[in-house]
Amino acid sequence: MSWVLVMPIAVPFVTAVVAYLARYYPAGRWISLGGSALTLVASAVLMAAVLDQGVIAAQMSNWDAPFGITLVADYLGAVMVVITAITGLATAIYALGEIPEHVEGLGFHALFQILIAGVTGAFLTGDLFNLYVWFEVMLIASFSLLVIGGGKERLDAGIKYVALNLVSTLIFLSGIGLLYGLTGTLNMADLRGSVAELENQGLVTVIAMMFMVGFGVKAAVFPLFFWLPASYHTPYFAISAVFAGLLTKVGVYALMRMFTLVFVGDVGFTHEILIWVSALTMFVGVVGAAAQTDFRKILSFHIISQIGYMTLGLALFTPLALMGGVFYLVHHIIVKANLFFVAGLAKQYAGSTDLNRIGGLYKSAPLLAALFIIPAFSLAGFPPLSGFWAKYLIVKAAIEIDAWFIAFVALLVGLLTIFSMTKIWGMAFWKPHPDGIDPTPDRAPPVVTRAMIVPIAGLATMTIVIGFFPEPFVQFARTAAEQLLDPSDYVTTVLGGQP
Amino acid sequence: MEALTAIVIGVLTAASVYLMLARNFMRFLFGLVLLSNAANLTIFASGRMTKGAPALVPYGEDAPIGVVGNALPQALVLTAIVIGFGLLAFTLALAFEAYRRMNSVDTDEMRFAEPKEDTSK
Repeated sequence: MSWVLVMPIAVPFVTAVVAYLARYYPAGRWISLGGSALTLVASAVLMAAVLDQGVIAAQMSNWDAPFGITLVADYLGAVMVVITAITGLATAIYALGEIPEHVEGLGFHALFQILIAGVTGAFLTGDLFNLYVWFEVMLIASFSLLVIGGGKERLDAGIKYVALNLVSTLIFLSGIGLLYGLTGTLNMADLRGSVAELENQGLVTVIAMMFMVGFGVKAAVFPLFFWLPASYHTPYFAISAVFAGLLTKVGVYALMRMFTLVFVGDVGFTHEILIWVSALTMFVGVVGAAAQTDFRKILSFHIISQIGYMTLGLALFTPLALMGGVFYLVHHIIVKANLFFVAGLAKQYAGSTDLNRIGGLYKSAPLLAALFIIPAFSLAGFPPLSGFWAKYLIVKAAIEIDAWFIAFVALLVGLLTIFSMTKIWGMAFWKPHPDGIDPTPDRAPPVVTRAMIVPIAGLATMTIVIGFFPEPFVQFARTAAEQLLDPSDYVTTVLGGQP
Repeated sequence: MEALTAIVIGVLTAASVYLMLARNFMRFLFGLVLLSNAANLTIFASGRMTKGAPALVPYGEDAPIGVVGNALPQALVLTAIVIGFGLLAFTLALAFEAYRRMNSVDTDEMRFAEPKEDTSK
């Protein structure tokens, strides 16, 4: 049983080692691609096991919980692992076209696989300190990926990204220390019971706030998001796509896990703060995007704005809202990574990501235009694409508990998202190219185009499938939300039937 | 002992915040070093400080005998120190490379990724 949980983490690590040894050879990139495919298989096996049994857990080295390190997967964890593997595979294909040989020689594929391993580990661990370790694995890989290839812009972005993320990690680490001091345990399932029994609930709320700030920086919520638009537009597109898709979502996942499993003693206080943080995150992100004229900078601000919807799903704390939050998480990773992929291909054809300096893509590259429309309008929440259902669930959850203002903000932000997307559409696709050149696909080598269009088409197809057949995905999200709100299955599976 | 540790943690945190508010990136980095040590001390202190023997199991026994120190926080702190060391080494190298390329460690002058708005437009 434990192999099912270990494989999605072990495969990328082994791939990283082999890909590093082969980094100077063309074989390196194919090893990375093969490893990503294997990771997807391992994740699918995990998903099948979770669908079959509900929650599965494994104790590493047979040290029983709560003393050893536990790996555990419930519906939310499993779907995040699968979506990570899908994004990883898409990025590995995309990187074939984009990443130049000298960057591969620096160990790009190895770092990328370690990043995937770190993200997967964070989704699967059931131990708080272990979560910190996975965060660090993910961070050190992301630091290196962000600055790989060098250049003033990347170094500048790297400094801001590294500095703020390190501070957030230290706040998180101090929180872990204090929580351990209060309860004497680090196992997340065990913490649920121990924290509820504590007399000093005020202190628990203080620690909860430390976690909220620590994870909040990772998730890029208002007012802790400044590192994100400062850095996400500088690395290679493959890298920024995987960052945009996965990294902030690890923060959201950690928030969802801790604030449904452990910190539920004072929901009226902590989740009320989260509601307003979410509303401001949504609004500030979308307004920030309106001021930008760079393809990737607009998309970066939209990440922030979309994060607000996901944390809102957590903050409203009803079954429907959490269901919407989980659905949103999955939909968003696919859509956002895809939009960054499109931006990369648009740059290959038209020569820049500055919207003032490109244009004419609709006429010269109609396929790319069609593939942009799908994620862009899904992001804005057009029916029948996946984003519509995600927004529908969240807004409905807000209306259900008479949070009219929040529902209004959510809808308004959707409207402003359309504004940004039509801005990209108008400036990059409709208006003629300012330099008078014809940005046809012939301007990029055919190998590059082929490698880059495949993941875009694949992810767009997934967006359409989720949009037209939302029922199984909604049902899945419903079960995931039920497990989050009533984690007794989770707790008993981890602790092996002990009370 | 616990009170003294708590004061040390407080002083370290205060000093690190003071350093991190500086525009000079090297000062920020030193602040980060202090903050990481404050976090490590927090973990160490929250494992309770007991006067006892090291947590060693004598040969032939299944469990340590008598009062021993809590071994778990020590393991946690060791892990955190190693990770923090790696991250700080990376950040130092990054700061050096950034200084070589940008000729400055003043964060106000690091505006390459987000250039100042051209207000003449």
